Amino acid sequence: MANLKEIRTRISSVESTMQITSAMKMVSAAKLKRAQDAITQMRPFAKKFNDILLNVSGSVDGGEHPLMKKSNGNKVLLIAFSSNRGLCGGFNSNVIKEVKRIVQENPDKEYSILPIGKKVYDAFKKSSLINTNENLPKECEKIWDNLSYENAVEIILDIISSFQKEVFDESYIIYNSFKNAAIQKLTNEKFLPVEPIEESTDAKTVDYIFEPNQEEILNELIPNSLKIKFYKALLDSFASEHGARMTAMHKATDNATEMKKELTLFYNKARQASITSEILEIVAGAEALGG
Amino acid sequence: MEVQIISPDKMLFNGEATLVVVPCTDGQIGILNNHAPLVSSLVKGVVKVKNEDKEEFYDIPGGVVEVSSNKVTVLAS
Repeated sequence: MANLKEIRTRISSVESTMQITSAMKMVSAAKLKRAQDAITQMRPFAKKFNDILLNVSGSVDGGEHPLMKKSNGNKVLLIAFSSNRGLCGGFNSNVIKEVKRIVQENPDKEYSILPIGKKVYDAFKKSSLINTNENLPKECEKIWDNLSYENAVEIILDIISSFQKEVFDESYIIYNSFKNAAIQKLTNEKFLPVEPIEESTDAKTVDYIFEPNQEEILNELIPNSLKIKFYKALLDSFASEHGARMTAMHKATDNATEMKKELTLFYNKARQASITSEILEIVAGAEALGG
Repeated sequence: MEVQIISPDKMLFNGEATLVVVPCTDGQIGILNNHAPLVSSLVKGVVKVKNEDKEEFYDIPGGVVEVSSNKVTVLAS
């Protein structure tokens, strides 16, 4: 029979863990709300932007734009989004696994990683995969402390300029896109060079006046579309992180409640057993005396 | 006409206006009611929105404007 005091200590330790996990859940829920607002705010912007891009690109051949130029090199940059903190279920490990899978599946390509977030950096810092080229942005994980469009643009401008300096030939972004609080979808998208815009057949054929002209607008829009794509990935990943943490902490709290219930039951049984045996001892003693 | 000024972070303006002035690459363009469909890239500057007697100003770092069927959309980015 386990010691009563031992069980009591375990119950109180489970209780304090439960307090922490439920507090973390509350914090994540509050942050998720804000992150979700940000991404829902972003969506109409992105949609409108794509509409305009489609309209403008209609009859222009954008193949000459420097960001669309395909090169024959095999240096691939993987931009992997993770969080700075753990305790969020499979959120970070999914990204890390995906990166490892990609690297292993294509041994003929020369991969490097640009980590956005400490967890990816930690996972790969012992390998030689982290790209340390001086043209690439440094300390990207700081973006999570202060997520804004301006900060995102700073990073993306560095990435674009290092693409133009041929630090890498191709780039993909890997992040968790936000479906709802419980579901994140791992997404792997081509980032650079920009794919030619596909003309949809049902596009409205409005006869626009273009100012100054179609090509110049398109040249303006292409780098902007990268900024928006990058910022959207950041927001998606941020909302997913808090969603994942909230779910993970919710489950942890549930498990702790369950455990506490079991331990309490066990404790009461042990207590009753000890009382019973005490009574037995007293009764036996009294009988021996009374003879 | 309907006017929306959107930045990636938030909606800056959403409502009715009688005149919108935007800073285009080749100078400012004023947009009144029933303007012909237009797409133009914008440079850093100020967007002026006038409704009756009320004037409002918004700083934008550049972007693009679309005008079609009495709807003006300014995307600031």
